Amino acid sequence: MAMTMVEKILADHAGRDEVSPGEIVTASLDLVLGNDITTPVAIEEFKKIGVEQVFDSAKIALVPDHFTPNKDINSAQQSKLLRDFAQEQQLENYFEIGEMGIEHCLLPEQGLVHPGEIIIGADSHTCTYGAFGALATGVGSTDMAAAMATGEAWFKVPETMKFVFNGELAPWVSGKDLILYLIGDIGVDGALYRALELGGEAVSNLSMAGRMTMSNMAIEAGAKCGLIAPDEKTREYLAGRSEVDYKEYLSDPAAEYYEVKEYQVEDIEPQVAYPHLPENTRGISEVEDIPIDQAVIGSCTNGRLEDLRVAAQILEGQKRAPGVRLLVFPGTQNIYQQAIDEGIIATLIEAGAAVSTPTCGPCLGGHMGVLAAGERAIATTNRNFVGRMGHPESEVYLSNPAVAAASALAGKIVSPEEVL
Amino acid sequence: MELQGKAWKYGDDIDTDVIIPARYLNTSDPQELAKHCLEDLDPQFKEKMTAGDLIVAGDNFGCGSSREHAPLAIKAAGVSCVIANSFARIFYRNALNIGLPILECPSAVIDISEGDEIKVDIDSGLIFNLSTEKKYQAVPFPDFMQELIQSGGLINYVRKQVKE
Ligand code: SF4
Repeated sequence: MAMTMVEKILADHAGRDEVSPGEIVTASLDLVLGNDITTPVAIEEFKKIGVEQVFDSAKIALVPDHFTPNKDINSAQQSKLLRDFAQEQQLENYFEIGEMGIEHCLLPEQGLVHPGEIIIGADSHTCTYGAFGALATGVGSTDMAAAMATGEAWFKVPETMKFVFNGELAPWVSGKDLILYLIGDIGVDGALYRALELGGEAVSNLSMAGRMTMSNMAIEAGAKCGLIAPDEKTREYLAGRSEVDYKEYLSDPAAEYYEVKEYQVEDIEPQVAYPHLPENTRGISEVEDIPIDQAVIGSCTNGRLEDLRVAAQILEGQKRAPGVRLLVFPGTQNIYQQAIDEGIIATLIEAGAAVSTPTCGPCLGGHMGVLAAGERAIATTNRNFVGRMGHPESEVYLSNPAVAAASALAGKIVSPEEVL
Repeated sequence: MELQGKAWKYGDDIDTDVIIPARYLNTSDPQELAKHCLEDLDPQFKEKMTAGDLIVAGDNFGCGSSREHAPLAIKAAGVSCVIANSFARIFYRNALNIGLPILECPSAVIDISEGDEIKVDIDSGLIFNLSTEKKYQAVPFPDFMQELIQSGGLINYVRKQVKE
């Protein structure tokens, strides 16, 4: 039977020859992830199961990234639970402050995610690893607990929607814009319960960073996962980071899809998602005069080196507009270090940016950049729900790093063309 | 199992950030979380509702983050059941896993008005609107999920498996 990538991966991990959409299967897991918000609940539930040891101390990754470096006493207690559990279980992949990063920037960089794997994480943006052709999906803490005990999870085999991006990207258009465009097209529940397959020439031409940005936001269309077929770039990225043998899965040409949609990317300009849903997108040329108080560049969506490079390219030799706070959050310590080595951080600081150690911080309204009532931010993050970055009466607009940097200079949302 | 209470009605795409804002996620104590249930959507919710009441909502309820704190907050606040057109998938999983009853039933959602007295038979998926004397059948759960529910959630289910 012809199958999609997701169906093949599930079949193999469930010890089956084939699976079809709608079936519920139990599959083995290659990696289980948790952060400082979701893991404390998972640890509590794990202890109720009645096993002493996790299924494999090399296949669990704990990353304290949300409220760290700890913002208050309660979050310090939460982080301590992770640290103690990691020690007690001898986990190989616990990342302490100073070596940690935002989980979805960190795990790929550490060579912990590979094509063909099944990865679940108690964090909705676990779907980021779809960029490697892995079936990666977010779950809750209880699923994480059960997975840590058994190394397995149940899955309903999803139908797959295929999106083909043809053509060449216009200037300042990135993976972020392609995925925002897609979400704007199908809506925040347009792929509910389903898998996305992202492909076409424009996706192949993206770097692994750009691909991760796209898969990262599959969840914003309601999808279970967002896969990109592995290729030479995938292999190159992994070479030197990982020794693990992995298997690449590609969809059969005759595989059945719920829907196949094609876009011509020349028609896509940088996108801005208006409050309070990621589907409220428009092209930058249709954005009216929207003054901003804060610009945030970073997060698991756009906190990678090439994102910071683009921001620096635009900010170089210029200064943020008076009254605008420009916050930059490199995704990992390595990215931070490389950005220093390349002179990016100096450029950002000269432009008036506050640069932080890696943290989720402002992305979820946690700390390090929370908005007051009536304030407005442009952010390279992935969600703009009510109260996402702070006060319920604040507003978040989503964009790519180039638009966010340009807007910091202009004091309102503008195209990079307008500040260069 | 039968549940009964008053309906509180909300729209589409109710996300986990408004169900339980991140500023309260530095604890996972259900009673603490319950205090802020739906705070950024309807700040009066906690005062208006009484234990046993139901939430009735449109499409894609619980979209966004994977925080299990969202169904935990709803459950600990005393909400007996959430009826929606559809649920975001992680929320759906989480609700089943922790034993918060949820039902998908667009025909009931469209008919129910805020304040209606609703009775739900969870086992059969039958929903009765006592205020209008109408009856609806929710989408039944697949067998595997029935088993999860009957075990009392995922942890109990896995505990049994591990013992075997
Ligand atoms: S950066 Fe934002 S979206 Fe990404 S994991 Fe952290 S809080 Fe979640």
